[in-house]
Amino acid sequence: MDVRKTNIYHEHQKLGAKLMAYSGWEMPIEYKGIKDEHKAVREKAGLFDVSHMGEVKVQGKEAEDFVQYLVTNNAKSLKDEKIFYAMMCYENGGIVDDLLVYKYNDNDFLLVINAANVEKDFDWMKSIKEKGNFDISLENISGEISEVALQGPKAEEILQKIADKDLKKIKFFEFFPEIKINGIKCIVSRSGYTGEDGFEIYTENENIVSIWNKILEVGQDYGIQPIGLGARDTLRFEANLPLYGNELSKEISPVEAGYNFAVKLDGDDFSGRDALVKQKEEGLKRKIVGLELLDRGIPRHEYPVLNEEGDEIGFVTTGYKSISLGKSIALAMVDIDYAKLDTEIYIQIRKKQAKAKVIKRNFLKKNYK
Amino acid sequence: MKVMDNLYYTKDHEWLRIEGEFGFIGIADYAQDQLGSIVFVELPEEDDEIEAGEAFGAIESVKAATDIFAPVGGTVVECNFDLEDEPELVNDDCYENWIIKIKIEDESEKDDLMNTEEYKEYLETLDEEE
Repeated sequence: MDVRKTNIYHEHQKLGAKLMAYSGWEMPIEYKGIKDEHKAVREKAGLFDVSHMGEVKVQGKEAEDFVQYLVTNNAKSLKDEKIFYAMMCYENGGIVDDLLVYKYNDNDFLLVINAANVEKDFDWMKSIKEKGNFDISLENISGEISEVALQGPKAEEILQKIADKDLKKIKFFEFFPEIKINGIKCIVSRSGYTGEDGFEIYTENENIVSIWNKILEVGQDYGIQPIGLGARDTLRFEANLPLYGNELSKEISPVEAGYNFAVKLDGDDFSGRDALVKQKEEGLKRKIVGLELLDRGIPRHEYPVLNEEGDEIGFVTTGYKSISLGKSIALAMVDIDYAKLDTEIYIQIRKKQAKAKVIKRNFLKKNYK
Repeated sequence: MKVMDNLYYTKDHEWLRIEGEFGFIGIADYAQDQLGSIVFVELPEEDDEIEAGEAFGAIESVKAATDIFAPVGGTVVECNFDLEDEPELVNDDCYENWIIKIKIEDESEKDDLMNTEEYKEYLETLDEEE
């Protein structure tokens, strides 16, 4: 498979980024170093190239009905020019992907999906359209749209300098369908994947480089840094935001993953709803918990979780030595018997078993506006 | 990439310094640069017996864990416990900050390692691959 490059690729090279293939794209993993970049986003501001993300337009008179059936969140209660987070589920409750849903109006939505899943997701959307015979058009515009994310406590001040609308007018998870950034027409939402305040900016491919460079230029006085995918993962993890392939997969349901705020079982029907209702009624057999290591070591994705007797009772979905907190923490899928707060369990780290205890998943307070 | 004289090197970028019957083992500049910020070093127990090529410990960056392999076999006589509290010392000076000291079992095992000149040539072949 050919590895694709975003339009900002040459800027990453100039900035000295370490580049690596990720989800079929050659992406910056780090520039100055993950720790530095992580701290810049928590304390100042950081700019991410996320042009690899996919975008699908849903238009037509049954667009709202279609989105309602496609995703776990309640599309019918979403207001115009607002966003919600949701998942698409198979009939058995396993997750196809997670996504952001942008609502322009009842007849017009934009869905933002993960780079690795664009083809699979688009095929799934087409099958849902056929199944329900929805009167809509679906257009995969991933190849035409580039995206950057500006995140951190200084994000608003920086972006305001080159925006033609008052950014204070949009709260977290609201968006401007049309706004000029540095004179270029964009979609801008107040949203992100870091636990900090910030914005996601979408525009046509040919315009993205000038926006990228302008934000870095304007942000210089505020200590802005370009941020790679390495820190993107450490930041989202501390904020308890899931990554498809780690916390979410076709073998894991949104209820087990614990992102219940995005799953409205009492609203209208959606694909997977019956399975999720049944799962909830019968009681969960396993779920994702937070863990803090009591022994030395760093938990990593897919390390086994054991009970005191040494039986395998789960696996780590994501783990790090948290840069903001300085201690080793993890998200892990464990049997329900071991999911209570303060339960002591073990993580198999190479040849050793490191003791850990179950803690709350809100590792870090979010700083949304 | 910094390469030190009078050391032996492995293809996995560990180095070995021989002092009498003892050997000091650490990781080379190439490895610490590839890893980036080192946040954890897992050390073996003193008195552990390790064989050439065996993973005796691990070194972890923010992103990932990497095994450290023994260049030659022997018995661990000392671990650099400073690295437990300050793993970043390996980034600061990877040749000064050794990881373990061993009593070498069979010194002839060093013949399977690269000397400084051979290691420099090896690094050049890696550059070409990139």
